[in-house]
Amino acid sequence: MLQEESDLSLIIAQIVQKLKGSNLYAQLERQAWASLQRPEIKLESLKEDIKEFFKISGWEKKLQNAVYSELSVFPLPSHPAAPPEHLKEPLVYMRKAQGSWEKRILKSLNSMCTELSIPLARKRPVGEQKELLNKWNEMGTDEPDLSLFRPVYAPKDFLEVLINLRNPNYENGDSLSFRTHLGLIQVPLKVKDIPELKELFVELGLTTGQLGIDDSTQVPPELFENEHVRIGQKVLTEQDSAAAQQYIRQGSPTALRAELWALILNISSHPEDILYYEQLKTNVIQHDLLVDSLIYKDVKLTASNDDYYFVFEDYLYQVLLCFSRDTSVLSHFAYNSASPPKSYIRGKLGLEEYAVFYPPNGVIPFHGFSMYVAPLCFLYHEPSKLYQIFREMYVRFFFRLHSISSHPSGIVSLCLLFETLLQTYLPQLFYHLREIGAQPLRISFKWMVRAFSGYLATDQLLLLWDRILGYNSLEILAVLAAAVFAFRAVNLMEVTSLAAAEAVLADLSTLKVMPLLQIFLFATVT
Amino acid sequence: MAGKVKWVTDMEKSVLINNFEKRGWVQVTENEDWNFYWMSVQTIRNVFSVETGYRLSDDQIVNHFPNHYELTRKDLMVKNIKRYRKELEKEGSPLAEKDESGKYLYLDFVPITYMLPADYNLFVEEFRKSPSSTWIMKPCGKAQGKGIFLINKLSQIKKWSRDSKTSSFVTQSTKEAYVISLYINNPLLIGGRKFDLRLYVLVSTYRPLRCYMYKLGFCRFCTVKYTPSTSELDNMFVHLTNVAIQKHGEDYNHIHGGKWTVSNLRLYLESTRGKEVTSRLFDEIHWIIVQSLKAVAPVMNNDKHCFECYGYDIIIDDKLKPWLIEVNASPSLTSSTANDRILKYNLINDTLNIAVPNGEIPDCKWNKSPPKEVLGNYEILYDEELAQGDGADRELRSRSGQSLGPKASRLRDAGRTVLTTWK
Repeated sequence: MLQEESDLSLIIAQIVQKLKGSNLYAQLERQAWASLQRPEIKLESLKEDIKEFFKISGWEKKLQNAVYSELSVFPLPSHPAAPPEHLKEPLVYMRKAQGSWEKRILKSLNSMCTELSIPLARKRPVGEQKELLNKWNEMGTDEPDLSLFRPVYAPKDFLEVLINLRNPNYENGDSLSFRTHLGLIQVPLKVKDIPELKELFVELGLTTGQLGIDDSTQVPPELFENEHVRIGQKVLTEQDSAAAQQYIRQGSPTALRAELWALILNISSHPEDILYYEQLKTNVIQHDLLVDSLIYKDVKLTASNDDYYFVFEDYLYQVLLCFSRDTSVLSHFAYNSASPPKSYIRGKLGLEEYAVFYPPNGVIPFHGFSMYVAPLCFLYHEPSKLYQIFREMYVRFFFRLHSISSHPSGIVSLCLLFETLLQTYLPQLFYHLREIGAQPLRISFKWMVRAFSGYLATDQLLLLWDRILGYNSLEILAVLAAAVFAFRAVNLMEVTSLAAAEAVLADLSTLKVMPLLQIFLFATVT
Repeated sequence: MAGKVKWVTDMEKSVLINNFEKRGWVQVTENEDWNFYWMSVQTIRNVFSVETGYRLSDDQIVNHFPNHYELTRKDLMVKNIKRYRKELEKEGSPLAEKDESGKYLYLDFVPITYMLPADYNLFVEEFRKSPSSTWIMKPCGKAQGKGIFLINKLSQIKKWSRDSKTSSFVTQSTKEAYVISLYINNPLLIGGRKFDLRLYVLVSTYRPLRCYMYKLGFCRFCTVKYTPSTSELDNMFVHLTNVAIQKHGEDYNHIHGGKWTVSNLRLYLESTRGKEVTSRLFDEIHWIIVQSLKAVAPVMNNDKHCFECYGYDIIIDDKLKPWLIEVNASPSLTSSTANDRILKYNLINDTLNIAVPNGEIPDCKWNKSPPKEVLGNYEILYDEELAQGDGADRELRSRSGQSLGPKASRLRDAGRTVLTTWK
C-alpha cells in the first residue's frame, strides 16, 4: 500500500513537472488571475471557488485531458532509482542492438553524402529561397534529379537485424521441443495469447456494436449506428479525451473522426501552434537538408503512385520537410529506445561542442515513411493541423515500428506476437509455409512496419487506426496480420513457393478489417 | 428461342469484344443478320438517317437512341433544359421555383450558356454585367477537350460576332457552332487540384423514363495545381480534366492515371466536411442527372430497339454545388490504367446484362424491367413507372437495398413535386 502511494506521488510529481512548462499552465494561471474579478469568487473560500470556476468553464476538462495525454504517452518508471536508459529500454541487449543498427544507418547516410558530395545541410541562396517559397504548395512538380539517391534503408533490411537479435542470457538449447519457436524472431519476450487478447480487446467482441461491421448497408441504422453517432457527438461536446478514447474502440463515424482523433491526441490549434508550424516552414525555406532529398524520393516512390494518396502529394512534402526540422520531436527520445544521430560541424569531428543532431528532429526517414502521413490527409486539409496530428501520432505510436525495443507495442514484440499467434492457432499453415521457405513474417513485416498504410483501402485503414488510438497499443496490427493469414489460409496451403505465397497476399485492398479481427479473436475455435 | 446472339461492332475495343466473347456470342458483319450492334455515333446516324437508314427488326438492339444528340450535343442539351424549365414555370410547377434574384432554386445546374454565333448579342450583354469573369468556349460537335479555350476578353471571340465582316465564319453550319459558358472558376479543389466527376448512366427507355446509375464512377484530376490566375488561362493542363489532354502532361502517372473512385471522394468529403453536406451533394448530383433526362425525354425518339450508356461530366464548386458540364454518348472505352480496364470491362458487362436479358436473342418488345439480381454495379436512379404507381412507396422501400437507399424515396417524392422532403 505504501509502495503504491509513493509510486502515485512520484507519478503526480512528474506530470506536474512536465505540465508546469506547458502553455496550458500559463493559460490556467491567467484564467485564475482573471477569475478574481468574478463576483462568485470570495476571498474566504478562494481555493474552492476557483476550482469550481475551472470546472464550470471547461478548464478543468482541458487539464484532465492534458494529464490523460501525459499518462498515455509517458511510460512510468518502474523504480524511482531507475536510470534514464531504462525508460528508453530496460533490456541491455536490446539497447546494444539498437545502438549498432543506428551506427549502420548513420554510416550509410554519411557515405551517401560523401559519394554524392552533397553536404548534410546547407543554407539556401536567397534566389533559391524565393523560388521555394513560391512553389511551396506544389513541390510535387519540382523534379530534382533523385536518381542517385537511395533510401537509407528499407523495411526488409530492418527485418534482417531483428532476425539476428539474441538475448545472451537465454539458452534455447539445440533440441527441438514443443516450446520451440519456429518463426524468425528468436528472443523471449512475453506476448499475449488469444484469451488475453480477448480481454484486452473486449469491445471488439461479437455482442458489441462496431463501425466497420454494424454500419453496413444491410443493417438498419437504428440498431447501432444512429445511437453511436449520437454518443460520439456528445463526447465531442464534452471535450473529454478519456471518454473519446473509450468511445473510439467501437470505431469512429467518418464525419466525427477528425475531431475525435484531435481530442484523443490532445491537439488543439492555438495561434502558437500555427506560428510554430510557420517557423518550421521558414527553416525549410532557409536551409536545405540531405534528408529532404530522401523524403522527396520516398514520396515519389510510394505515395505518388498510390491510388488513394497521389492527390495529396504536395501536403506530404509540406509535412515531412517541416517534421525533419522540428526539434521538439527530440523529447520523445526519452522513452524511445533509439537515440538521435549526431553529426559534427565540418572539421570538428568528435568535439562535443560542435555536435548537432541530424536531422534536427533525430528521425532518419526510411523507404515508406511518407505513408504514415498519407492517410491523415483524408482527415485534415489544413497544413498546420495535419502536421500536429502527424507529429503526435509519430511520437506516440509510429516510432515504435522502427526501433528495437522490448515494449509490447514495439515492432519486435509485434513480430513475435504475430508468429506466436500463427504457430499456436494455425500450426498446419505455419508449418507448411515454413517448409516451402515462405516464413510468414517475411510477408507480413512490411504491413506492420507501415501500420498497413498503402495495403488496406483507406476507409478500412482509418477504422484500424481508430482502434490503435482507442487501445493505445499497436498490438492490433499483429492480430490483423495473423487474421489475414487465417482468412487466406486455404489458398496459402496450396502454394509451393515464397513468390506464390506473396502473390496470394499481394492485394489486401478488398479486405474488411473488423470482421476479420472479430472472427479471428472471437469466433475461431481455439 | 435458341441460337446465339450475333453481334457487330465498328469499334475495336477489347472491353467490348471480351464481353461478347465471354457470353459465347457470335461475331458477324453488319450486312448479315445481327442481333446486337455496338456502334459509334457516326453509324447510328446512318442507321436512322432518311437516306441510308433501314428498319430494325424485333430481335435487333443498338446502343444509341436515334437522336441522342438532343442530350449529348452541348448546345442542344442547354436548349432542351431551358425549354424544360420554361415549361415547368408555365405549368406553375414548384420545381421551377425561383429565388429573389431570379435564379432557379432547383433547376439551376447548368452554367449560363449561350450559342455562338446565334446568341452573340445576348452573351455580350451578360458578359458586360461581370467583365472580370472567365468564359469557356467549346465546339458543339467535338469531344476529348478538342478545340476548347478560355477567354476573359470580348476581343478574343470577335470572330463569332454576327456582325463580323470576316469571312471565316460565314457558314452557319452546325459543325462550326460553339457554346460559350460561364467558367466555373471556383471549383472544389482537393490537394490543390481541380477535378471533375465522370458518372455512367444507363437509359433503357425514355418514356417511361428508366435509368440506372453506375456506382463506380470516378474523379479525374488535373496533374497541375489549379490557379484562377489569368496568366494560366492558356494552360490546358490546369483547366481541362479530360484524360486525353492530361495524359500528355509531364506529371501524368500511368499507375493511377490521375483518377480517384467516387467512394474516395465521398470518404474525403464526409471526413472533412461532414456527412449531411456530402449526402446532400450526392443527392443533388442524382437530381440533376434525372432532371436532364426528363428535359430531353419528350423530344427523344424512344425507339424500342435502343438503349444508351451515357458518360456524365460533372464539376463540383467550392460551395459543394454540382454543375452539369456535358453528357457524352460515346464515353471512352479506352483504358488508361489497369484499374480502368477492369472498371470499363465490368461497366460493359453490367450494361449488357441489363440491356440484353439473360444474354439471349433479344426481343425489343420486352418490358425493359430487369430483375434486381442482374443490376451488378448499377443502381436504379429513376423509374418513372414505379414513381407513379400507387404502391410505389412501399415497393421502393423494399427495393432500397438495391436502389439508392433513403435518398431514393426522397427522389421519388420529388418526382411527385413534394420537394420539402427532398431539400
